[in-house]
Amino acid sequence: MTPDVLLEVEDVTKHFPITEGIVFKHEVASVKALDGVSLAVRRGETLGIVGESGCGKSTLARVIMRLLEPTSGTVRFDGKDITQLSQRDLRVFRRELMMIFQDPYASLNPRKRVGFIVSEPLEIHGLGTDAERKRRVQDLLEVVGLNPEHYNRFPHEFSGGQRQRIGIARALAVNPKLIVADEPVSALDVSVQAQILNLLKDLQGEFGLTYVFIAHDLSVVRHISDRVAVMYLGKLAELAPARDLYAAPRHPYTGALLSAVPIANPRRGRGRSAFVLGGDVPNPINPPSGCRFHPRCPRAQDECALTEPPLEQRAAGHTAACFFPLEKWPLTADEMRRPATVSAPGAETEPLAVTRGPS
Amino acid sequence: MTIPGVDIAPSGGTPPEPLLAVSDLRTYFKTDDGIVKAVDGVSFEVRPGQTLGVVGESGSGKSVTMMSILGLNPKPGRIAVAPGSSPGPQMEAFLHHSKKHTSVSTGQALFRGENLLQASQRRLRALRGSEVSMIFQDPMTSLNPVLSIGKQLVEAVLLHRDVTVREARELAIEGLQEVGIPRAERRIDDYPHQFSGGMRQRVMIAMALINEPALLIADEPTTALDVTTQAQILGLIRRLQAERGTAVVLITHDLGVVAETVDEIVVMYAARIAERAPVFSLFERPLHPYTWGLLGSLPRLDVELERLSQIRGQPPSLLRPPAGCRFRPRCAFAFDRCRGELPEATPAGFDPEHLDACFLDESRKLEESARIVAELGLEAEAAA
Repeated sequence: MTPDVLLEVEDVTKHFPITEGIVFKHEVASVKALDGVSLAVRRGETLGIVGESGCGKSTLARVIMRLLEPTSGTVRFDGKDITQLSQRDLRVFRRELMMIFQDPYASLNPRKRVGFIVSEPLEIHGLGTDAERKRRVQDLLEVVGLNPEHYNRFPHEFSGGQRQRIGIARALAVNPKLIVADEPVSALDVSVQAQILNLLKDLQGEFGLTYVFIAHDLSVVRHISDRVAVMYLGKLAELAPARDLYAAPRHPYTGALLSAVPIANPRRGRGRSAFVLGGDVPNPINPPSGCRFHPRCPRAQDECALTEPPLEQRAAGHTAACFFPLEKWPLTADEMRRPATVSAPGAETEPLAVTRGPS
Repeated sequence: MTIPGVDIAPSGGTPPEPLLAVSDLRTYFKTDDGIVKAVDGVSFEVRPGQTLGVVGESGSGKSVTMMSILGLNPKPGRIAVAPGSSPGPQMEAFLHHSKKHTSVSTGQALFRGENLLQASQRRLRALRGSEVSMIFQDPMTSLNPVLSIGKQLVEAVLLHRDVTVREARELAIEGLQEVGIPRAERRIDDYPHQFSGGMRQRVMIAMALINEPALLIADEPTTALDVTTQAQILGLIRRLQAERGTAVVLITHDLGVVAETVDEIVVMYAARIAERAPVFSLFERPLHPYTWGLLGSLPRLDVELERLSQIRGQPPSLLRPPAGCRFRPRCAFAFDRCRGELPEATPAGFDPEHLDACFLDESRKLEESARIVAELGLEAEAAA
């Protein structure tokens, strides 16, 4: 069975040029924000994208939305290559794909009333009469848990969580197929964050939405996603069903991320021998040779500095770009540093042993 | 009173005197919109070498509590409250008649027996940076961008210690080495923008610890950092604390960070303490409905949850807090008494160190607590 793919990103790169000179500008270098990313989003699923700041996850969101033109590669939405769309076709496409932003304070126009903000997408796409639009907006406000009578209020009269609900109502207005949410809950307090996550899950069930959910918080991504992609320095490190990724990560970077997340359970959190990744994310202008993670990787070998590891299938639907993937999970800090497959490079393609949990 | 099985004094003598003892701290601000009761009756203690975690959502008063103790609130006014009388109305009256944007604090904050709320600005300046120091969330705004970090570190040393500039510079280099800045003797002349976020926070920690304070107050020290950098910084704070025996107050919104780092937790809600308990007790037997809500709201890395149990509504405005228990409008367990009375944090029957401010019957609380703890896999046995 081939999964029904809604969005397909193929070998997308996005380089931002760094120029010198005022009259005669010439490119001296480029920031390689995305460097060959391929992934597919299936209809009705939530694909989570995690990574630390500067890994390219927001650039990917903007390329998917075609808010940025990719330097190369294709983005296919419902079978159409959107990087080639004309302005007119683009407008039609934009109805299918909406975005929810991180900052609920900056993403709503403070001088417009809520009713206008939510109905603007309808107006742009010429949908409905004024009366119909008003009814639609009031319905939407109710769907996202706001009082429909607040139609005439301004954004400043709402709290952060309520503003995020307004942003969600706006995204839903034109019945999109795909919603790209870029850090939609990271500016919110825990109790409000839970409300918004529950709302997003409910809406997905109700309207059959597909989400691309971008966040730096691994717990949030685990909670909301069906599959998760881990990015590092403009590339995919690992892509797997959420359950597999958290139970048996294969890429050492994913392992390092998971060990770094503090666990809200003192007995579990303190008991583990966590591996702490050293150093900082390198400069994307001059990324390291070979595997981009090798300077910080606990199990890097000579080979890793020379050749770039391809994304390889490690289990059903689970791919990772690493020559020395993790054998099991959890690993102690020592085991993280010791690739078991150094002497037998063919061994990494063997099916992975069943992960042993804490006994 | 001794409790069987609870070793109050591990060293055999009397329990160590608290380094910092805060009681009935209140801080009100006068703003354009009215009087904000940002901290309204908060009491806690920090013992030498202990780590206290203060958790709460934005606006719960966790930062203002610490700023009040250090005398860092804007335009502080002073009032004398007659002993035995209730300070709240007097503070409101005082602010009512004073100029805009004044703040006023009452209560006690005894640091080694000295009430910091009564201390002069001069005395506070002498204390801050030497015996008590503070690190903030955003290291970029707390470091001076036009001075090299060396200059700033040396200044911090010279302000509080009788050493030469050369000696101060040596101390600064040592301090930077200790927090893991590579090539410290060269990097000391770099400017803040030449460091990454994590490295800048290390510089801040070096500066905070350079005069070997007895108490370090860390206000969201890792919130602006990536998760791998956060792990580095928390590890660093834990190591330095163990080596030097510095007491730490860690203010954070992240229950995961406190679970792994602190000895005791204070949960704040709407300017008051909802619950205060040793870390294991708080996670294994949470007693306040707000703590239950917080724990249930948290997406977890270690447990798969189908749905988060959200807390309805939003935190109240501190301009007009609800009558009675501040959490009542959002609480699923509220009853008549919660409307009329403001609950004080009182010790639980099973553990005098576990306090919570809720009128529910203890048996009822324990029952609900056990249910939530089981759902989230927080039981002592399950995780062992």
